[in-house]
Amino acid sequence: MTVFTKMLSGAAMGLALAVTSGAAFAETPPNMLVIANRIDDITTLDPAESFEFAGSDVSRNIYQKLVNFDPANLDGGYQPEVAESWTVSDDGKTITFTIRDGLTFHSGNPVTAEDVEFSLQRAVILNKTPSFILTQFGFTADNAADTIKADGNTVTIVTDQPYATSFVLNCLTATIGGIVDKKTVMANEVDGDMGNEWLKTNSAGSGAYKLSSWKPNESVTLTSNPDFYLGAPAMKRVIVRHVQESASQRLLLERGDIDIARDLNPEDVKGAMAADDIRIHDEMRGRLMYISMNQKHPELSKPEVRQAIKHLIDYEGMQNSFLNGQYVIHQNFLPKTFLGAVDENPFDLNVAKAKELLAAAGVDGLELEVGVRESQDRIEIAQSMQNTFAQAGIKLNITVGTAKQVLGRYRARELDVYLGAWGPDYPDPHTNAGTFAYNPDNSDAANATGLLAWRNSWDTGGLTDVVGKTVIENDRAVRAKLYGEIQATFRDTSPFAVMFQKIEQAGVRDNVQNLNLGGATTAVSYWPVTK
Amino acid sequence: MTDMTLRQWLLTDAPTSRRHARLASFYKGWLSLRSNSMAMFGLGILVVLVLAAALAPLLAPHDPFAQDLANRLQPLGSEGHILGTDSLGRDILSRLIYGARITLYIVALVALIAPAAGLLVGTVAGYAGGWVDIVMMRITDIFLAFPRLVLALAFVAALGAGIENAVLAISLTAWPPYARMARAETLTIRSSDYINAVRLQGAGPIRIITKHIWPLCISSLIVRVTLDMAGIILAAAGLGFLGLGAQPPSPEWGAMISEGRRFILDHWWVATVPGLAIFTVSLAFNLLGDGLRDVLDPKEGGQ
Amino acid sequence: MAATDTQTKGRVRAPLAPWLKGTATTLLSICVTMLGLLFVTFIIGRVMPIDPVLAIVGERASQSTYDAVFLELGLDKPLLVQFGYYIWDVLHGDFGDSLLNARPVSEDIARVFPATMELATLGVLVGIFLGVPLGVIAAVRRGSWIDQIARVVALVGYSMPIFWLGLMGLLVFYGILGWVGGPGRLDIFYEDIVPARTGMILIDAALARDWDVFRNAFSHIVLPASLLGYYSLAYISRMTRSFMLEQLSSEYVTTARVKGLSERQVIWGHAFKNIRVQLITVIALSYANLLEGSVLTEIIFSWPGIGSYITTALLSADMNAVLGGTVVVGLIFICLNIFSDLLYRVFDPRSK
Repeated sequence: MTVFTKMLSGAAMGLALAVTSGAAFAETPPNMLVIANRIDDITTLDPAESFEFAGSDVSRNIYQKLVNFDPANLDGGYQPEVAESWTVSDDGKTITFTIRDGLTFHSGNPVTAEDVEFSLQRAVILNKTPSFILTQFGFTADNAADTIKADGNTVTIVTDQPYATSFVLNCLTATIGGIVDKKTVMANEVDGDMGNEWLKTNSAGSGAYKLSSWKPNESVTLTSNPDFYLGAPAMKRVIVRHVQESASQRLLLERGDIDIARDLNPEDVKGAMAADDIRIHDEMRGRLMYISMNQKHPELSKPEVRQAIKHLIDYEGMQNSFLNGQYVIHQNFLPKTFLGAVDENPFDLNVAKAKELLAAAGVDGLELEVGVRESQDRIEIAQSMQNTFAQAGIKLNITVGTAKQVLGRYRARELDVYLGAWGPDYPDPHTNAGTFAYNPDNSDAANATGLLAWRNSWDTGGLTDVVGKTVIENDRAVRAKLYGEIQATFRDTSPFAVMFQKIEQAGVRDNVQNLNLGGATTAVSYWPVTK
Repeated sequence: MTDMTLRQWLLTDAPTSRRHARLASFYKGWLSLRSNSMAMFGLGILVVLVLAAALAPLLAPHDPFAQDLANRLQPLGSEGHILGTDSLGRDILSRLIYGARITLYIVALVALIAPAAGLLVGTVAGYAGGWVDIVMMRITDIFLAFPRLVLALAFVAALGAGIENAVLAISLTAWPPYARMARAETLTIRSSDYINAVRLQGAGPIRIITKHIWPLCISSLIVRVTLDMAGIILAAAGLGFLGLGAQPPSPEWGAMISEGRRFILDHWWVATVPGLAIFTVSLAFNLLGDGLRDVLDPKEGGQ
Repeated sequence: MAATDTQTKGRVRAPLAPWLKGTATTLLSICVTMLGLLFVTFIIGRVMPIDPVLAIVGERASQSTYDAVFLELGLDKPLLVQFGYYIWDVLHGDFGDSLLNARPVSEDIARVFPATMELATLGVLVGIFLGVPLGVIAAVRRGSWIDQIARVVALVGYSMPIFWLGLMGLLVFYGILGWVGGPGRLDIFYEDIVPARTGMILIDAALARDWDVFRNAFSHIVLPASLLGYYSLAYISRMTRSFMLEQLSSEYVTTARVKGLSERQVIWGHAFKNIRVQLITVIALSYANLLEGSVLTEIIFSWPGIGSYITTALLSADMNAVLGGTVVVGLIFICLNIFSDLLYRVFDPRSK
């Protein structure tokens, strides 16, 4: 009985404490950058394996690359980093990099040509998901020792064809081009895994930050590298915390518990803008939203039907309502700011024309299934399409599933229509041309699941050859022009309706300066940030 | 006899037939339920819900699927949209009314499947005893030990999202308690003189279970089901909330909350209106269940 | 015949046998249930239309990368063989590595489970300290306004969608009033300050005597814990009330009153004492439910607990993580059930 009264008063005290304690601070410490972001896609932090958005954000700040993007001048393209300079042989197949002097890893070891050789060979030999970015140049586990070679302070790579130099170097700016500390990594090797297991959760780089901790689905903590070659970063600690809900991110931001919120939806952006000490940082990213039509479907394989569907999407309406500020209309497979990107957007919602086209194709009462992954903006796009398609007599059934579920069926060529997003793997036009408009073998047996054209059973109508030629064209202007032509044909004939390009809207506290999220080509840079 | 009113006939102490007795006890139960104002309030809400669902096309002011992107996220009480509009400019009131159909559909199906399955397993296990009992009760335990929402999630993930699968998944998580309850009752009834007498008259086990044990389990089952209804609605809404219940553009209430939660800070009503609807209906089932328990199962209830 | 057999054997070691037999049966039934639990989960994992290989390598992997991982996971072997391997590993305390983050699942669970445990414990404490007195008072003053309030409080608790209440609570108490901490377990700059000994931040902070961290952690947990507490309060108070009513209407209470015992003594000394065992069962059940991890609460409050861990794993086909999580949750559920069964046997005279 007395115990009971004690407990009761204890509970009352607890409540009182809760009410009075409140949120302690109104601001994060001046040398610490705190970010809310969805980071549940990180599955590994090994640069030879990491391939997700949040992972590349982390990796870019830990690992240096042979050539890299300067956040202050993204439009300038790749710039020297670990490589001080490079030369290309006359036959266009051999590139020789001279390694910069005086760089050190976080461990204190110097960055040498041997480390570069090791890092690139390792990425090829491990053969993890992003390895295709390197192996497309003809590197294999067997020939890596001959094609990627260190000699003194130079590293030489030999490709199987005379690819455009810009193509090769652009690929080396991807996460997989990160230079790791050979001694440290090999000291942690288990069963000949080249340190893969260890590097998944640890870092061995020479970049502006080193990894303090990664708690899956919780947070990533980075600590600055005082010996960074561009000078010690102003932010001593960077903490990225996983916060799923946009509303939660906004509350945290408005209360000053975080400095940057990266997943605000358009409504919360609008709300956050109204707050005094918050501004919205807009940046055009490389991600595209598209729908595709499976060419195995007898009706969808008719050119008129494909045209009709491209006229049955309310691009304008969506852009100006629930996608407002976060997606702009873009109907080409190369994102804006990429080499060869074009701005023509000929399609708009035109039900009358679509009906004509459908009638011409002799289609009446079509019923289609669209696969969408479980994310509100995509579900809303699907519902808007359902609405406009119905106006021309097409019944669109929406199947929502988890990302992996929907993707599985898409890769198996099972979906009629797929609504999805595509982000470039590396900042070269070939990354998208090589998947949207390239499909050398359209048979089921080819199982080229990585190619979007193959997933939709589209033989590309001859574009495959043009794409193959363009990637070995070394004249930049000619290359850009060729991509323009490919996209013109693609817009007209392909079973893809590219709809929008992503604009990232980050909510940022006013005192945060020099933030760069990486544009369409790369990932976020923390080292220039000041508060 | 001839001037006996229906009421008197129902309230008689000396029923003239089996049917008469059953109707009489039913009527007495109804009278005592009617005196419970809270339970009647709950029942009233449910009647309104059924009417709304049945008359949805007449009641709804708009087509629940008609989009109007220029007119999205209208506030409460705006012109032509008393409860506002959602992210795609659809009328929330109309969606709510049509959503009542889905809620009823889920509730009805689960209320049929789960208790029936539980009753079957429980009575068979309890009556048969021996290894049949052991095996069936182990299986029941396995399902009972599962985290409920996780089991439901797993099934929906395996079968594919959709309202039928959500119903199946929820039933799957809901049957074990019924099985346990039915078994416990069967065990007490099984050895009673009454069942022994029936057995001596030559009735087989199937006949005993279906004709004599089931009817005795029904009343406590009904109470339990009514009290569980709220949990079922909430579970269905939870699946909808996670995007695994009804598929768009279906106006399922849980999915409506899920769609609306993105605007919770500036357009709170989009999520709140369906939230209140779920709350009201769950509350109605709970009030009714509470009252039914008092009537049907006086020893457990707090009369 | 079998019965006589055991009886003769039983006579030899009369004092031990029943106890041993009881324990053995209990242990056996735990094992069988666990095995069944694992098997069902395993099958669910295998029939799910999510490709675990794809979940690991992502959508752009080449076929050779895909094939390598397929073999690495042993997916080419028959289902039963895979299950056998899995059980073998589990018996050696190895739940395997998470397919997605490549860490041992046991390590992940050791990280997420204390978070759930902390939340559930606080939640059930709220439920007990408010629910039990409320139930007792409601029973004693049956029909009074306090009984009506208790009834409404409980019924509202049964009926409220938790995700809606959670979102609203966050909006009001954190967003507008600023009384409590936001989503997550701590403000970010308090993280990693106190050493993680138990994984429960409140306890860790108290052990390290770091009261700033304690206060901060408390301000974060108070809202989700009160929310869960409300749900267990609803259940506990309802059950307490009906147990108490049963006692209060029994003869010994009347006798006690006749003997002139004070009302306090009658209620707490006699009636309440007799419902303790039933009450503990109810509380154990309620606690078990909270320990399963309230998925929706955890998602809304960005609480890295076992419920959201299993859910995330499930949706991304990380079957080792799902299996590991299910084993832990199932084990707790079964243990709490057995615990309350034992209590019944020990304390309740009727069941002897």
